[in-house]
Formats: sequence, C-alpha cells, structure tokens
Amino acid sequence: MLLLALDTSTPAVTAGLVALDETSGAVDVLAERVTINPRAHGELLTPHLKDAASTAGVALSDLDAVVCGIGPGPFTGLRAGMVTAASLAHALDIPAYPVCSLDAIAAEAGTGTPLLVATDARRREVYWARYAADGTREAGPAVSPPADIDIGGARVVGQAGAMLTDTANEPSYPTTNGLARAAASSVMARGEPEPLTPLYLRRPDAAEPGERKRVTEVSR
Amino acid sequence: MSRVIMGIETSCDETGVGLVRLSENDAADATATGPRVELLADEVASSVELHARYGGVVPEVASRAHLEAMAPTARRALATAGLTLSDVDAIAVTAGPGLAGALLVGVAAAKAYAAALDVPLYGVNHLAGHVAVDTLEHGPLPRPCLALLVSGGHTQLLRVDDVASKITELGSTVDDAAGEAYDKVARIVGLPYPGGPPIDKAAREGDPEAIAFPRGMTGPRDAPFDFSFSGLKTAVARWIEAAERNGESIPVPDVCASFQEAVADVLTMKAVAAAREYGIGTMVISGGVAANSRLSALARERCEAAGIELRVPRPRLCTDNGAMIAALGAHVVAADLPASPLDFSGTPALPVSTVTVR
Ligand SMILES: [Zn+2]
Repeated sequence: MLLLALDTSTPAVTAGLVALDETSGAVDVLAERVTINPRAHGELLTPHLKDAASTAGVALSDLDAVVCGIGPGPFTGLRAGMVTAASLAHALDIPAYPVCSLDAIAAEAGTGTPLLVATDARRREVYWARYAADGTREAGPAVSPPADIDIGGARVVGQAGAMLTDTANEPSYPTTNGLARAAASSVMARGEPEPLTPLYLRRPDAAEPGERKRVTEVSR
Repeated sequence: MSRVIMGIETSCDETGVGLVRLSENDAADATATGPRVELLADEVASSVELHARYGGVVPEVASRAHLEAMAPTARRALATAGLTLSDVDAIAVTAGPGLAGALLVGVAAAKAYAAALDVPLYGVNHLAGHVAVDTLEHGPLPRPCLALLVSGGHTQLLRVDDVASKITELGSTVDDAAGEAYDKVARIVGLPYPGGPPIDKAAREGDPEAIAFPRGMTGPRDAPFDFSFSGLKTAVARWIEAAERNGESIPVPDVCASFQEAVADVLTMKAVAAAREYGIGTMVISGGVAANSRLSALARERCEAAGIELRVPRPRLCTDNGAMIAALGAHVVAADLPASPLDFSGTPALPVSTVTVR
C-alpha cells in the first residue's frame, strides 16, 4: 500500500511517501521532505508532499491512505497538517489515519528499553508520553512542567528531551518512518479510521469579560 | 465552455465553502460587460455562538472550529450543488485579511484540494470578495464602482476599477469597525452579542433624534473618507452613566436608534461624498452591517437624491461566506490572471490592493 505521512506537531514540517507491505507490515520510505521551521507549516506542507510524491515517482491519485500526526503540539502549526490530511482524504477518497505524534517518535526510536518522549509545549512545559520496552504506551500523552515528570530510568527522546535530562537522544521529531510504523496495524486492518481529532491537551486561552468598565471620571 | 470554482473562506468565525459556475459570455450578447457567474452552493458553518460569552471572536476557538468544520462544509456544498470534486476546475481561498490562525486552516485546506485535484489555486483578498459577491445577484459590475464594506471586522470605502485586479482604498476606520461598535454598544445597554440585529430591532421602537451622538471624523480637517467609531461608543457609555447617576431609567430604544442614526449617517454621508468626488455612478454596500435596516434605508435615500445606483446583495451574501470567495475566484479566472504559488501563507493585514496573491 502507498501511504502519505504528514506531521506538523513540532517545529518540523514533515511529509513522506511510504510503501507498506500489507503482509509483513514492513515500511519502506520512498521519499521524505522535512524543513525545521515552526512558522512555515502552512506554507510548506503541500509543496513538501508534492515534492516527495514526485521524487518517489508517484501521483497523489495513486495513494491508498494518509497517515497524520495529531499532536500533541502547539495549536496553529498542528492544524496545518490535520486539515491538509482531511482535505486530501476527501479529495482522493481515501482514509486518513490519525497517529499520536509522540507514538511516531517512539516508533522511530525503536523498542528494547523504556522510553520517555518529550516535545516542546512552550510556556516552559513539555508534551510527553512514556513507553514500555516493548513499545506499549504506558502513560500520556500529557502536558506538564518538566519538574513534574519522573524519567524513572527511561531513555529520553524528542526535541524537548533536553528540558528533562542532559542525555536526551534522537529522534527529535516525528519521522515518515515512525509515523508509518505507528499507523501500520490500523492501516492494514483497513477499518474505518478513528476521527482526525487533534490532541490539544490545553483549553483555549480566553477570558469572559467582567463588569463593564466605566468611561466617565477617567482622566485623559 | 463553463468552469466550476470552489471558494473557501476562514478569515474570522465562519467556515464557508461556495461553488460557482463561470460561463463564457455569449459572443452575440453585446451588452455583457463582464463574465457570467452563477451561484451553485453556499454553505457556512458558524462558530458565533461559541464566542458569545466572550463578547467577541476568540481566535483559538475560531481556529479549532474551522478545522472541525472544513471537510464537512465542503461536502455539504458539493451535495447542494449536485457536484463532486472532480467537477471542480479551480480553487479560490481567502488569503487575508483576517485572523492568522483562522486563515491558515482555509489556506492549508485549499492547497491540499488543489494539489489532490491538480487544479489551479488562487489566494484572494477577502475584502474584494465582499464586492465580487454582488455579481452573483446583480450581474457584472460597472467600472468603476464604489464599495462600502461594513462588518464586525472592516469598515472600508473602496474604488473598484476591476474587482479581479484593481481596487484602491479611499478610506477606512482609524479605530473600531462599525460592527465592532455595535457589539460594544450592545454590551453597554445590555443586549446580546453580536450586537447588530438586537440594536436594529430595539431602534425600531426608538427616536433616532432623541440623543445627539457625535459623528466621528466629520470635521473640516479630518480625512474625508476615513471613519472613527470609538468616540461614538464612548459617548454612548458616558450618556448611560450620566443617566444612571441621575437615577433615570435607560431608554434603550432611543439610545439604540440615536446610536444607529449616527453610524448610518456618517457611513452614507462619506460614501456618497466619495462617489461624487470621483464621479462614480454605482455604489455597492456589503459586509454584515449592510443588512442593517437604517443603513440601507438611508443609503437608498441619499443615493437616489445623488443619482447613484445602489446595489446591496441579499443579507446571506453580505456576511462572510465561501460564495463570495468563489465569485471573486471566477472573476480572477475569467481575467486569465496567474494562479498563486503553493507556498504562500495567509496574510492577516493583506492590503485590498492585493486582490490575488502571487
Ligand atoms: Zn468580511
């Protein structure tokens, strides 16, 4: 099966083409375009996915499914990837499979040791999740100040790992390979995909107005 | 030959998807002064009720709602028109002005549709869309025409030489938009958000001459075509506070009618003055506030007296929607203008002189 993998939950703008072997679940990355720029998600994602497709020598109409990281991630950039995935799925009449972006980082990091994945949530907090040595997610995704997170001997990966420990490791961002591996079992089951719902983990900042301010007797 | 254009609008709190059909002019029809554009579908999902308790649009709330509504709204528009995406020949999307996070959702969606369908994409100006939408109802626009755009987000006086390529701003508000003043005054007198409809309703029972509220920016040294509504809003607040201090009950209908009169008076006076100054014979009034009963009545009266043809699209087309963007896209396509590159981004302060993003 031919998959397009997208993620905009971190400063990386990621788009890649993947061949997924439906019997073995093996993932073969055919092409990938990545730019690290937290302000360019809306600009670059579609050019990247078109470039990746042409490098891989495939037309978008050949795709069998889209795989999209749904965060957690800073809101504005995250939505670029998600609305792109939803619109492609609509236009190409193919399913779009959501993947927790932290699961994609964990899948790229591989199994064998417990993992703690951390990405930057801004405001001095991190988005994080913890994985057992076999890759099962045991805690998270959640958003917390670094001081509240118990690393507990896990290997720390992800772009905000340095906020937790000096020995943070690659990978920093969700990769095409990681996204495809994290989604592989859902894709191969060919079931109805879960809805593409972003993992915001935070409520919008908005204050309800208080009492009306008086305008008279204000010195100007 | 005819072409179908899909328009996507997400600049504020409405997720709009519209579909129009652009037809080549019949060569025999010598009276045609522009392309024929026909409305096929106009679907809008509004998040206005989510913002009501905040008394104004909350950008993050609007952006979240756009993401949820985008594909369902597109599907509804296609179903209404009885079309599929394979019938779509071009995509137009609001590139600005508007809220950055809200624009991003529509622009990203439009790029994905254009890439998947392999059709050209046009990033277009929202304000120009408010003008172009009138061609869906009243046919081609005379060149030039004057446009007065009034809504919660904009108050603009425009000279439109060609809606697809040449628009000049003659004036705009220096502070609050007209619709914003309605929202603020509604809050002051205890009416719900958005303030336009309830103030219009209350004003019908009131006396527009009961209170002499100020007409902003109308002094001899003020910019002739700019507007200011912040002083008016403050004057209303002061008047109410004085009445409360004196233990008087507030005559809400009179306050609303007098406030509304001040807004409609300044808007129509300046618009007619601009039309006269530039010798323009047609005026289009669009934007959410165009539906205001006093504004349209006064505009009709003053345009008639000045010999100006007045065009006001029906209220559904005046508020933000995808049809206006599709209509503008159709004019841009008809003019054979180049498509936008796929790496543009939404521009919150896009000037009206930029009709299409290059
Ligand atoms: Zn508008």
